[in-house]
Amino acid sequence: MKRNIRDTFEPLTSGVIKNNATFRLVLGTCPTLAVTTAALNGLYMGLATTFVLVCSNAIISLLRKIIPRKVRIPAYILVIATFSTIVEMVMRKFLPDLYEVMGLFIALIVVNCILLARAESFSSLNPLLPSVMDGLGIGLGFTMSLTLLGLVREFFGAGSFFGLTVGFMQNLKMTVFILPAGGFMVYGLMMVLYNLVVGELEKKIEAYKNRKYIALTNPLLAEQEEAEQARRRGLFGGNK
Amino acid sequence: MPYVMLLIINAVFVNNFVLSRFLGICPFLGVSRKTDTALGMGFAVIFVMGVASVITYALNLALVAAGIEYLRTIAFILVIACLIQLVEIFVKKFSPSLYSALGVYLPLITTNCAVLGVAIMNVTELATTNVLYSFINGVASGVGFTIAILILAGIREKMEVADIPERFKGFPITLTAASLIAMAFAAFSGLTF
Repeated sequence: MKRNIRDTFEPLTSGVIKNNATFRLVLGTCPTLAVTTAALNGLYMGLATTFVLVCSNAIISLLRKIIPRKVRIPAYILVIATFSTIVEMVMRKFLPDLYEVMGLFIALIVVNCILLARAESFSSLNPLLPSVMDGLGIGLGFTMSLTLLGLVREFFGAGSFFGLTVGFMQNLKMTVFILPAGGFMVYGLMMVLYNLVVGELEKKIEAYKNRKYIALTNPLLAEQEEAEQARRRGLFGGNK
Repeated sequence: MPYVMLLIINAVFVNNFVLSRFLGICPFLGVSRKTDTALGMGFAVIFVMGVASVITYALNLALVAAGIEYLRTIAFILVIACLIQLVEIFVKKFSPSLYSALGVYLPLITTNCAVLGVAIMNVTELATTNVLYSFINGVASGVGFTIAILILAGIREKMEVADIPERFKGFPITLTAASLIAMAFAAFSGLTF
């Protein structure tokens, strides 16, 4: 039972960092670049995508035994299109200003590759609950990275923070950041940063797990390793 | 005639689909490793966009007549998905080498937002009442996509042998290159008629 719970919630956590849609899987790049001229736009776009992703993942996972392999792509697209049309209609009614800004890209959620990729690689193979969790995780990771990108571009490009004007940036703002060129640039550099941080972290975690594993299976080896490390620490200490 | 020229220059350079509208970035980054695959992808997109523009134009008339414009997204994407299935069968039959080179990206034109984007833009932004303009806009947008992806593929072929910092390898350096291309294309936005 414990293992089941772990399996259910694992997609939620891995979707945010480890399988981050924007920086690791590099999916859904079009809205990523297009709407992140401001942090709030990124946030709303991410939330809209998350909603569609969770709903379509749920439906597709429920229908996974009914949909024949051969016509699965049109079937997935139809499910996704239904939910993105709902989002489009709701947004037009309740958030007309935002709809003006994003316009085309709300309709284009339907062709966001994240949705089809998750349908194909996850929810068509897994039961309901993990699929919903996967949708939520990937969606939140996407939202987070969009907001982050929007934050950077808005701060340097328009000199504001979530729509609030930042005083000292007014003379320093560089319009290139909210132009397409800046979008590509910031995205590329953020990806480097992500690789740097997450790559290092993963290496550390891996090493930690390995050491734990060695300690469990072979106490003698672990002891040797510890002695070796102590010796090294001593060496470095001596050098200082 | 001047309007047609304007339409073409606008779609190919000024509002280039990839570099200024951010549509079709996935294949732009994914299939730009080699120039010949990029060219094949470009032609497939030109074809699909041209045909999709005409079909969706007619479809939109039908939707408006029936008063169900809100179904536009669903109807368009279904038509485009069918069209791409057709192209896939065609390419598989007549050019197996291109088919294997394009790989997964051929069916993925379905999720190439540029195709749906041009179809929706034709009926919303352009709002043309002439099916010919719709078609020209579609083809010109495809040409713009092809030019952009070809330039990037050329650069990436050169970058294969370049000495790139470890963390920049793969997507980051490609994005940086795309950023510089976009900067160059931004100059076209000064073109006013």
